[in-house]
Amino acid sequence: MEFINFFIDLFSDYTTRIIGIGTALLGIVSGVLGAYATLKKQSLLGDAVAHAALPGIAIAFLITGTKNPIIFFAGAALSGWLATLWIMGITRNTRIKTDTALGMILAVFFGIGLVLLTYIQKLPNANQAGLETFLFGQAATLLKSDVIAMGIIGFGTIVIIILLWKEFKLFTFDPQFAKSLGYNTRFLDILLTSLIVLAIVLGLQAVGVVLMSAMLIAPAAAARQWTDRLDRMVILSAAFGALSGLTGTAISSYGANISTGPTIILSSVSIVIFSFLFAPGRGLVAKFLMREKNRRNLALNKVISEMYEICSSHDSPTHQHSVAILKTLPGFSYRMIRQLKEKDLVEVDSEKQWHMTAKGIKAAKQIKDLGGAE
Amino acid sequence: MMTGIQIEIQVIAILVAVSCALPGVFLVLRKMAMISDAISHAILPGIVVGFLITNSISSPLLIFLAAITGVVTVAIVELISKTNLVKEDAAIGLVFPMLFSIGVILISKNTGNMHIDTDTVLLGELAFAPFNRFVVSGIDLGPTGAWVMGAILLLNLVFIAVFFKELKLSTFDVGLAASLGFMPGVLHYALMSIVSITTVGAFDSVGAILVVALMIAPAATAYLITDDLKLMLIYAAIIAMFSAIAGYWMAKLMDASIAGSMAFMCGFVFLLVYLFAPVRGLLSVYNRRKRQKSEFAQMTLLIHIHNHSGENDDIEERRASHLKKHFLWDELFIKKIVRQALSAGLLTEKQELLSLTEKGDQFIDAANALFTSKHHPGFEALRKEFIIFSD
Repeated sequence: MEFINFFIDLFSDYTTRIIGIGTALLGIVSGVLGAYATLKKQSLLGDAVAHAALPGIAIAFLITGTKNPIIFFAGAALSGWLATLWIMGITRNTRIKTDTALGMILAVFFGIGLVLLTYIQKLPNANQAGLETFLFGQAATLLKSDVIAMGIIGFGTIVIIILLWKEFKLFTFDPQFAKSLGYNTRFLDILLTSLIVLAIVLGLQAVGVVLMSAMLIAPAAAARQWTDRLDRMVILSAAFGALSGLTGTAISSYGANISTGPTIILSSVSIVIFSFLFAPGRGLVAKFLMREKNRRNLALNKVISEMYEICSSHDSPTHQHSVAILKTLPGFSYRMIRQLKEKDLVEVDSEKQWHMTAKGIKAAKQIKDLGGAE
Repeated sequence: MMTGIQIEIQVIAILVAVSCALPGVFLVLRKMAMISDAISHAILPGIVVGFLITNSISSPLLIFLAAITGVVTVAIVELISKTNLVKEDAAIGLVFPMLFSIGVILISKNTGNMHIDTDTVLLGELAFAPFNRFVVSGIDLGPTGAWVMGAILLLNLVFIAVFFKELKLSTFDVGLAASLGFMPGVLHYALMSIVSITTVGAFDSVGAILVVALMIAPAATAYLITDDLKLMLIYAAIIAMFSAIAGYWMAKLMDASIAGSMAFMCGFVFLLVYLFAPVRGLLSVYNRRKRQKSEFAQMTLLIHIHNHSGENDDIEERRASHLKKHFLWDELFIKKIVRQALSAGLLTEKQELLSLTEKGDQFIDAANALFTSKHHPGFEALRKEFIIFSD
């Protein structure tokens, strides 16, 4: 409860509330689209688009001379989109691979953006202050109007995702099949990529060019560990995105002198690490336990089938043996015989003589039918 | 007339650009370009910690610590991708923002005793490089940056020269390299160390992000020009040098960031090569596709005429007006293909009736020999002999 009260106290401040709502919205939108980006193996596209947005912002300012967020948004989206098209063109038309195209376009566009920004800074009488917030992001500069704009764009994006749910799902997992069913995959590809570009550009003001890619990848990478279903993954990813937005804002406003971008990223990376470790099924801990259990079962199986073999060489499978004889079985240990006893596979009588139960014989026969202890 | 400072800046720019371009060739060929992006961002915490300890931006200890962070980044990325929980690109995209965030927070928690900020690390400023002098017992030996980058360039040159064979083999055939005992894993980490050291040395002058441009763009450009690894290294170095000098003057003209202009020049050279490279440029690819289309169409036409000549003579099938129905080509295309075949002397036309010439018959024989034998030794020779494929 105290923790919740702490949150309520924290967000009772107007500015913090605006920033919190803004970053949570951002988390939802980038979480939803990040799910598709990671599934389509386009995780690093976010990084490239974020960097490539910079010249668009600078050119938008050079042309209009104003710092209208909508115009910046349009400029950033346009140049991010052009960069994406060029990356796709390079990989399609030459032997250059995706990673090279991404890295090169990212850095070259960023360089152009930097040239333009430094050029703008030297212009006389230019009202240029604040352009560099896009580099590293400054959630503190989010205004109510920005958050409303983010809300509208985010809502529109999610409506499109819901309307084209089936199409996007099919296209993400099996584009060839989608094409063979007559869907316009080229259109779907461009639409989905454009939505991803929008989500990235939306987040630039808050978390900046450098960290935006993690905003896209982290919630999706975490959500992927908990489920194999797309609908659950998208919802979880959105929830993780929102959670890291809120937590990041809370930590940043609580601890003085830390900007919001890095705290949001570290929050979402913490969720990823937690998911990597503890997600049921896929998580590392679950996998480790599963491996241990398999190993133990294999050892038990081996002992019980060995025991069955030596018992069968006697008159009846329930023939009794002393521990001294059982000790000679490969893989035998006292712990193991106790476990076999707990599972009612073997029994011990008053003279400390061990023999197999009916259940144990059945199990051993099954193992034998399956092709031995291996 | 260039001033001393201008010359010094250009010398440093060239040293940085060439130092980056050489290991970049191997990154591009090994499909690891984005690793350099990850390293360049992830060195931030290493630089911050190094700076807090040494209080100097170009001390060897700082370079060492930051380079180690770079190599650790690669190791973490590989560790995560090995778990198969996420794909490698997602692992890259998770690790470097995390380390970068830690670096940013370290900086903001230590603002009192830090003289660097994220701008310095990400963007660099080449124009300030000459002000940091390397002075030994009162004698000014030039800018420190030039000495640092010169040493790194030398290191890179020696590394590539000494391990050229090993690098080449492990780049193109990891399996063979491993089976011959070349230890591609060790070489991989050696290369990653080289990339990290180069990045750390270069960030001061050009910034961490533009290091990526200097590493990847010249190498990618060279990759479009040549198939020879040695030539690729040489071309990449030349492109890097050109971009450094042209970038400097462009920046001077616009009074803008030198590093940004160098990156722009790298991109501009790439664009030119991308469009106009002799074999792999868009223009040659487009022309080749167009030529191949008409070559293929002429071959199809000749074989069609051949099939309906001689024993299976069928006049109707050989009428030019019939071709549209048979091939479903549009009329303009048919006219073009027929005209080309006529002017090459492979066909004759009498009252709309197409027949093979003697040369056309020879072509069919040669083509049959080509298609029925498993090898295609003489396709180019065939093309040259019959020269049907001119526009």
